[in-house]
Amino acid sequence: MTRILRPICLASAAAALAFVSLSARPQTPTQPPAPPAQQPSDVITTINSGDGAPPRFAVPDFIALSPDTETAAIAKTIGQVLFDDLNFEREFSMIPRDTYATIPAAKAIAEIPFDRWRELGADAVLMGTVQKVGNTVHVEARLFNMKTRQSVFGKGYDGSAANARVYAHTIANEIYQQQRALKGVALTKLTFDSDRDGERMIGTVENRGVKEIYISDYDGENQRRVTTGRSLNITPRWSPDARSIAYTSYRHGAPNIFISNIYQGTLEELTKGNAENWLPAWSPDGTRIAFSSPRSGNAEIYVVNRDGTNVRQITNNPGIDTTPTWSPSGTQIAFVSDRTGTPQIYVVGADGLDLRKITSESYADRPTWSPAPYNEIAYTSRTGPGNDIKVKDLASGEVRQLTFGEGTNESPAFAPNGRHIAFMSTRSGKAQIFIIARDGKNLKQVTKAGNNYQPDWSK
Amino acid sequence: MRLRLPFSTSALALLAIITLALAGCHKNKPPIVRPMPPPPASTSEARPPAPPEPVPEPAVVPPEPVKEDAIASASLDDLNRNSPLQPLFFELDSSDVSAVGQTTLNANAALLKKYPSWTVTIEGHCDERGTAEYNLALGERRAVAARAYLVSLGISADRLKTVSYGKEFPFDPGHDEAAYAKNRRAHFVITAK
Repeated sequence: MTRILRPICLASAAAALAFVSLSARPQTPTQPPAPPAQQPSDVITTINSGDGAPPRFAVPDFIALSPDTETAAIAKTIGQVLFDDLNFEREFSMIPRDTYATIPAAKAIAEIPFDRWRELGADAVLMGTVQKVGNTVHVEARLFNMKTRQSVFGKGYDGSAANARVYAHTIANEIYQQQRALKGVALTKLTFDSDRDGERMIGTVENRGVKEIYISDYDGENQRRVTTGRSLNITPRWSPDARSIAYTSYRHGAPNIFISNIYQGTLEELTKGNAENWLPAWSPDGTRIAFSSPRSGNAEIYVVNRDGTNVRQITNNPGIDTTPTWSPSGTQIAFVSDRTGTPQIYVVGADGLDLRKITSESYADRPTWSPAPYNEIAYTSRTGPGNDIKVKDLASGEVRQLTFGEGTNESPAFAPNGRHIAFMSTRSGKAQIFIIARDGKNLKQVTKAGNNYQPDWSK
Repeated sequence: MRLRLPFSTSALALLAIITLALAGCHKNKPPIVRPMPPPPASTSEARPPAPPEPVPEPAVVPPEPVKEDAIASASLDDLNRNSPLQPLFFELDSSDVSAVGQTTLNANAALLKKYPSWTVTIEGHCDERGTAEYNLALGERRAVAARAYLVSLGISADRLKTVSYGKEFPFDPGHDEAAYAKNRRAHFVITAK
């Protein structure tokens, strides 16, 4: 037992640098702050399969150390959500959970049956415990290397019992960081607009349906409504700090840009009046918002400060200029223009200079710039009767197509690590939000209720 | 036609005349006059369509305009529920006003001249084949094209507001060319009379 425990403590001491919002703290405070990593073996924490394939991971239910049903439920949820989170990026080969039945459930971390997990083919097992402490829970997670029988990751978390999924998402991100130096998206959120409530607009003879802004976790859980305007609310976009959503709302008749500060519950009107304003897009530093407006007679791109001051016009062309998006550095804006006859993607400096055309499609819209290290623009392309999602690599000029004519597919939005794209598709009947990996694999539907459109992915 | 109950016979007659006049010009166009979706059953608007506006009428004015002009006496909601202002239809990805469209706008302009106190919001709409984002701008361009034509016929621009709804509010929820043709439109909403 001591043989196992010692490396755990070293690893957790090493992991103490990374603090998490759940008031995570390195476990085993009894461990003296002593000699970190004096042996080379303690530093090598990455688990490999040994044959070049992704390492095979098992994630059993966490162990409930308290006898109540709530703790048991939390322990089960954390295991399941962690499995899904670690499955998402396809960096690990996840051993299906229904094959764990033959392995006796451990009652404590120390009882981990290494041989049985090895028989199942596991290179790594992520285990943990949940214990009730007053009104809160204490969660511990450890990642074991099955070959060395050492713990390479160990960490404890204290916090509310209310949302077990947040513990799993937090642990998953740390495992991605430690094992793959990858920024996980497990704690990110989506926003989109939806007609799911079936409410009708007030004061229209036509009895038109409303759309409201929704948010959800990246995996589609915890879907909840942000707006209550009983109006048409569309094109939501996350602020870079993921605490605000800018969107287009018709709540006063003409479309204008509103900002919902979702944790304060406050609402700001960025633009006002009868000149229409659509399609807000935050600059990467959150200080400016680009949008499109026909205020001068036809649709042009404008940029305004976050506080509504200093509106400046970026484009000036008799064609339509709309649907802006920022480059990750904030120095360029991609947008859509039909100045050559059909809508195509263009890029221009944030100062309005250095215009260049990016696409030669029959019809292209909704550019979304990838985060680094990728330098790509995803967009909607008309490929037939409907649209598909394409991605253009700006360095090579290469275009790849992610969807292929199943329903119509629109409004791509990159995950903050650039490895997945959320989009709207009608492939399952109604309009729904889907997620697809950057290589066109790993398709996943994240909404089911009503129709859902125009997703955006938080940082 | 079934939904025309709220209208008096003179309104019916007028609409029929407009419809016939326009129908002569439209060979392959969708029907010009079409009932809007039925009003919500649950709200107060669902009350029987019976005698139009019994309250305001009696005291105010001499009886003659009431009999003669049902449009003038109809409420805004009733007018918009089956508007005498005909929608203007567009080709795919286009905001050009066609020859048929000009006929429609000529008729609308005549009505706007007859009722000079009316103000109108012109809504631009698109079919679902375009993308939601670009369609916001395309719908606006359609509304602006309709307004420009009406202004060229002498209607004051002050009376004509524009708003685009992109493809958010299709007139026909279908997914075929017949539905799309009805959805690519400028829709006229009377906002004051």
